[in-house]
Amino acid sequence: MPSKNKVTVTAEPGKQELFITREFDAPRDLVYKAHIDPKLYVQWLGPHGYEMILETFEPVSGGKYRYVHKDKEGNEYGFHGTFHAMSPENMIQTFEFEGYPGHVSLDCMVLEELPGNRTKATIHSVFQSIADRDGMIQNGMEKGVREGYERLDDLLVKI
Amino acid sequence: MRRDVFQAIADPNRRAILGLLAQQRLTLNGVAENFRISRPAVSRHIKILKECGLVVVIPQGRERYVEARFDKLSEVNDWLEQYRQLWEGRFGQLDDLLEKMKQEK
Repeated sequence: MPSKNKVTVTAEPGKQELFITREFDAPRDLVYKAHIDPKLYVQWLGPHGYEMILETFEPVSGGKYRYVHKDKEGNEYGFHGTFHAMSPENMIQTFEFEGYPGHVSLDCMVLEELPGNRTKATIHSVFQSIADRDGMIQNGMEKGVREGYERLDDLLVKI
Repeated sequence: MRRDVFQAIADPNRRAILGLLAQQRLTLNGVAENFRISRPAVSRHIKILKECGLVVVIPQGRERYVEARFDKLSEVNDWLEQYRQLWEGRFGQLDDLLEKMKQEK
């Protein structure tokens, strides 16, 4: 059943940031736990139809992470970054898609307690440039990740 | 050079030009009168908007009129929608997990 809780994405033209908000029918401690327990994290982060391999996961300030989305054809898409703050009120991490190296975004997530044991998540992503942000959104992931690698392949062939 | 709707709206002057043209079509001079930037700068922005498909320039007598074409802007929605769907999918999976966690608690 599709959820009544809708994701909103706000990306104003000409800015190098975007906001994602979503509410959950669950208390904040559970939503937070699903973000810091590796056994739980792998169950929801990966796109549908992809195997999610969590290679490194150290959800403390200064800790790092790396995960790989693997599709049925065996193509692997890696992502990694570092955690800077880890609490329900303030989760800060860097994010880099390995198919587009050197382009790093800073993701800050706040979990807010709502009445009725509900939770609101707000993610604020800041990119290095407007082009990085637009490229990231344009790529989405399932489609875009593949395209990113294809572009990289093209580039390597040219070199 | 990148020429698409995102490039078009990335610049504040171009957004202002589109805002102006949303109300009425104007001559090149008519557009330039509304801006402090130089006329050649306005022409450059209009050229980019034209290349991105957001305006058309229609010659009429001795004048050239600039008209906005806003259907192109729907691409911005499609673009955001795709990204939103990615997060819908991800958070839908998180909903299922949270339900399980609530029952186990």
